[in-house]
Amino acid sequence: MKRLLDVLREDCRLTGTKEGCGEGECGACSVIVDGEVVNSCLIPVCQVEGSSVTTVEGLALNDQLSPLQRAFLEYGAAQCGICTPGMLMSAHALLLRRPHPIRNQILEAIAGNLCRCTGYTKILDAIAAVSSGNINKPDQSE
Amino acid sequence: MQKFEYVSPTTKEQAVALLGENWGDVEVLAGGTDLLSLMKDYITTPRRVVNLKGIAALSGVRYSASGLRLGALATFDDVLSNTAVRRNYPAIWAAVEGVTSPQIRAMGTVGGDLCQRPRCWYYRAGYGLLAKDETGHALVPDGDNRYHAILGHNSGAYFVNPSSLAPALIALAAKIGVYGPKGARQVDAAEFFRAPGGDGEREYQLSPNEIVTEVLVPAPGGMKNATYEVRQREALDWPLASASVALKLTGRNVGAARIALGHVAPVPWRAGAAESALVGKAVTEQTAAAAAEAALADAKPLSRNAYKVQLARVAVKRAILAAAG
Amino acid sequence: MAEYKWPEADKRVHLGKRISRIDGPEKVAGRAKYAYDINRPGMLFGKIVRSPYAHAKITSIDTSAAERIPGVRAVKIIQGPGTEIQWAGDEIVAIAAVDEGAAEDAARAVKIEYERLPHLVNEQDRSSIPDSALIPTAESVVGDPAKAFSEADVTVEGVYGNEVITHCCLESHGQIAEWTDENNVLLHPSTQSVSSVGGQLAQSLRIPAGNVHVKMDHIGGGFGSKFQIDRWGVECANLSKLAGGKPVKLMLERDAELTVAGVRPSIRARVKVGAKKDGTLTAWESETWGTGGQGGFGTLPVPYVWTGIPNQRKNQTTVKTNTGPARAWRAPNHPQVCLITMAALDDLSAELKMDPLDFFIKNIAMTGVRAKVYEEELLKAAEMIEWKKNWHPRGEGGAGPIKRGLGLSIHTWGGGPHASDCDLTIHPDGAVEVKMGTQDLGTGTRTVLRIVAAETLGLPLDAVKVMIGDNRFPVSGSSGGSTTVGGISSSTRRASTDALNQLLAKVAPDLNAQADQLEAVGGRIQVIGDSSRGMTWKQACAKLGTQPLTVRGKQPGQGTLASSGVGGAQMADVSVDIETGVVKVNKFVAVQDCGLVIDEKTAESQVFGAMIMGVCFSLYEERIMDDRTGRVLNPNMEFYKLAGIGDVGEMKVHFMKGPGYDDRGVIGLGEPPTVSPGAALSNAVANAIGVRVGTLPMTPDRVLAALARKGGSNAKI
Repeated sequence: MKRLLDVLREDCRLTGTKEGCGEGECGACSVIVDGEVVNSCLIPVCQVEGSSVTTVEGLALNDQLSPLQRAFLEYGAAQCGICTPGMLMSAHALLLRRPHPIRNQILEAIAGNLCRCTGYTKILDAIAAVSSGNINKPDQSE
Repeated sequence: MQKFEYVSPTTKEQAVALLGENWGDVEVLAGGTDLLSLMKDYITTPRRVVNLKGIAALSGVRYSASGLRLGALATFDDVLSNTAVRRNYPAIWAAVEGVTSPQIRAMGTVGGDLCQRPRCWYYRAGYGLLAKDETGHALVPDGDNRYHAILGHNSGAYFVNPSSLAPALIALAAKIGVYGPKGARQVDAAEFFRAPGGDGEREYQLSPNEIVTEVLVPAPGGMKNATYEVRQREALDWPLASASVALKLTGRNVGAARIALGHVAPVPWRAGAAESALVGKAVTEQTAAAAAEAALADAKPLSRNAYKVQLARVAVKRAILAAAG
Repeated sequence: MAEYKWPEADKRVHLGKRISRIDGPEKVAGRAKYAYDINRPGMLFGKIVRSPYAHAKITSIDTSAAERIPGVRAVKIIQGPGTEIQWAGDEIVAIAAVDEGAAEDAARAVKIEYERLPHLVNEQDRSSIPDSALIPTAESVVGDPAKAFSEADVTVEGVYGNEVITHCCLESHGQIAEWTDENNVLLHPSTQSVSSVGGQLAQSLRIPAGNVHVKMDHIGGGFGSKFQIDRWGVECANLSKLAGGKPVKLMLERDAELTVAGVRPSIRARVKVGAKKDGTLTAWESETWGTGGQGGFGTLPVPYVWTGIPNQRKNQTTVKTNTGPARAWRAPNHPQVCLITMAALDDLSAELKMDPLDFFIKNIAMTGVRAKVYEEELLKAAEMIEWKKNWHPRGEGGAGPIKRGLGLSIHTWGGGPHASDCDLTIHPDGAVEVKMGTQDLGTGTRTVLRIVAAETLGLPLDAVKVMIGDNRFPVSGSSGGSTTVGGISSSTRRASTDALNQLLAKVAPDLNAQADQLEAVGGRIQVIGDSSRGMTWKQACAKLGTQPLTVRGKQPGQGTLASSGVGGAQMADVSVDIETGVVKVNKFVAVQDCGLVIDEKTAESQVFGAMIMGVCFSLYEERIMDDRTGRVLNPNMEFYKLAGIGDVGEMKVHFMKGPGYDDRGVIGLGEPPTVSPGAALSNAVANAIGVRVGTLPMTPDRVLAALARKGGSNAKI
């Protein structure tokens, strides 16, 4: 049996989606299926027949990083980078529903993603910057 | 993971016809948040997996004058986004909100929440539901039981029921709709769960060829209700103890009460003594604390989980105070 | 002769600015490739059969059924009959098959019989540990502790500890190995040691060291656990050989990652400290023990930072347990000894009824040469968290069940530069490349290389191409001990300086000047201070003719570009629900020095990350061993708990910079800020609830138990 995660990574060679824990705790494998963010490690691929799946590779348009990706870059929200695709997908799902989330809504949207390095502070800043339209203003120290 | 046959019926009749006579032979898949891990770790090795997601009749959240219907396939998100649930059944809403991962909320279902298997780490390591080693020695009583039961473990099952919804459903006198070869039946939520006697049994009152189809919650009828969970983290984390309370109030006075605890026993734990302690009294910090005391009067903590008695008391007290508003 | 030094503050163009990491675009696009993302043609999947027992002798192994499973290409016994296994999860048999399913089926078909032997997996209870498992260290005495304690006005004694934790890298350990011909191996590892891991593998495979080609672009976390080739790395290459050289991917599953791929040793301690009425610290006595599996963990530096306490008596014992081996974990030993030291001193200040900030500053001279730095850092941190306004005496955390408190700690680390070679190439078309056999753990290594080269050559950042992650590039040290940034920045500065000087010599005649009268600024070569007498960088490089110019820069080398030894202060503000024992972090501030900051943005990320990791091990993380089965009970991310984004509170970081700091050169930063969180948070909790929660993580059960000892404030609700 192949999980959606395996099909994405091995058959589609879309290795941006990562496996962290393999049981839905860490969110590294997050992708968007029909508009909702899910853990692709918990989905048998046959269960998503006919669904639309968006992975991190689908965020950029014509090789132009999306505002969210640019914010992650500008605010230093990626460190080792292995949790980053999952974080981006959770944040993307949030912004699809709610373009201007407040701080608590961001915290709730990222509650299913763990970072070990850990860049939570910067991840929050980056998503907040997209929410407030400030991604082109340089981030500030302190 | 062992190979299996995957089938995706579109009606409940087809689904039950595909189920087996014995537990474990066939497993039911809905949100997948538990089943895939169990299969990956060879805790269950079904020859067939029946995907229920294609059965449209099992989905949806509907509120009407007669009450609330949660389809077995309704996701946590479906429940959370329903304003009638939030307004009338805060006990249910808060229980679902406690599942903090958006991913799990999008995938996890009502039926799956009720039928998920225990999180006991001995069970998940392959020592069986009753957690015995190869010599038959029970591992929990003198092992690391910090997350195990403090009530209702006389039968030898020491795990705690992991359902988020069950305590709230019991407090709200909900019924669980079941469908099998003999047709549909309803079970009181309070009667749905059981402590199994061994690995050939399950933790709920279903036959191997039955599925949960829906949950029916009576109209609130003025029952004020709330859930309080003690969780350590904001990240996805199981409650260490939880309590759901439904109160019929006249002013501050309690006319009727239903109280159920989660994560303290192999079944969601109805706290009759706490209900009795509260009925006829005004809800205050003191009466809520006294009810909480009564709820845990029979607690028998294991070697490492006495702290859970305290946490369960706090959950009961805070849920009562929250319900009373 | 070139002079190697960093530019003065007013001359810095990139150095010390806030620059986004240069590998950020590929990371946010999902294009960054980690070992586990590598797919090679014909690749096989490896699996390892592990011991289910913590201590056992292997009596027989039968792999015949596994070998018959379709798709299996190699089966290798790693540890044969007769071997004594010392921890559950140890590697017994390795298998490679055409897909993961076949490998897993084969792994399950291997039959191994064991003779079980008694095991010890927990060491909390000192009295139950057999003598055979104890390795004592000789007692160490300074001054006259007995006399000092007898003359002390105030003495406190406490028990402190921190459970074993794991590294829990989000990308597990593992690699892809393949024999490209019968003498050469291509290895794609997840490693902190690009330049040395190939040699380690070659030695095990008995091939020349140069015959292992190592390539790694990205690594998904290491934290000290990924320095070695590891047995699974060697066996991965062995499987490939058995399978005719086909690539084999072998990554650890999450449960193996948390069982065998490294832990930080626990610490348990009884500490007694004494002081005079006026708060002068006079005496220290400690008895410490802990476990990191079968091995030891060196002599613990206690009392931590306060090395100048005049009278000390110290005893240390290592406990050998049948558990997965310890590895370096971000600042090895420091977080544990920091906890027991700062907590004991905080308890002493509470007994003295002194504000611990005043107590620390009063005794700060006992911290030695960096006393002044600690004092400045403490005062800065106090300002950031408004210590004087928010601090209250211990236990006066307010009415109601939620108690608030503040805690502090100070720490130190070395962080001197490792050895590093850098090749800098200037091409006749103006292109610049930096090549180095180093690795970027997400710390910003690539970005630092680019900043240093661009700064030195007077170029924009994107003019410098950085190539790392290949052991055919010049050798650079492993990324451990916070040694990388000092090493790589120094070798790159020297290479860039020398290359520039050679280029200047080439173009000097054209500008009618001496080479030492020229400078590289703003993408031009010009006479110092005279932009009218110059040429563009491209024009200058064209003077090289047809041959590119490559210069090797080395660390160590002439001049001092990096040094060692930092301080740091952290302060935490927490809330504790005394009815549930749940601790929440409100605010957490860090003040850190690290010499010259090269990129403030990635530097800041290091500190935030360290603080948050600190929150994880202070509140949530512990490896839980089962006494009877000898197994890890929580080898998953469900019960091996890490903080989520909503658990970390508000964080602030301040770097000590400018005169007195910048002129020390570059000093490593990855580890020091991960040292203090345990102590700062533990002290904050004690301040909030009026009693010490002795052992980390401060889970509800431990907090409630501490409160119960205090007098049953939580016995009833």
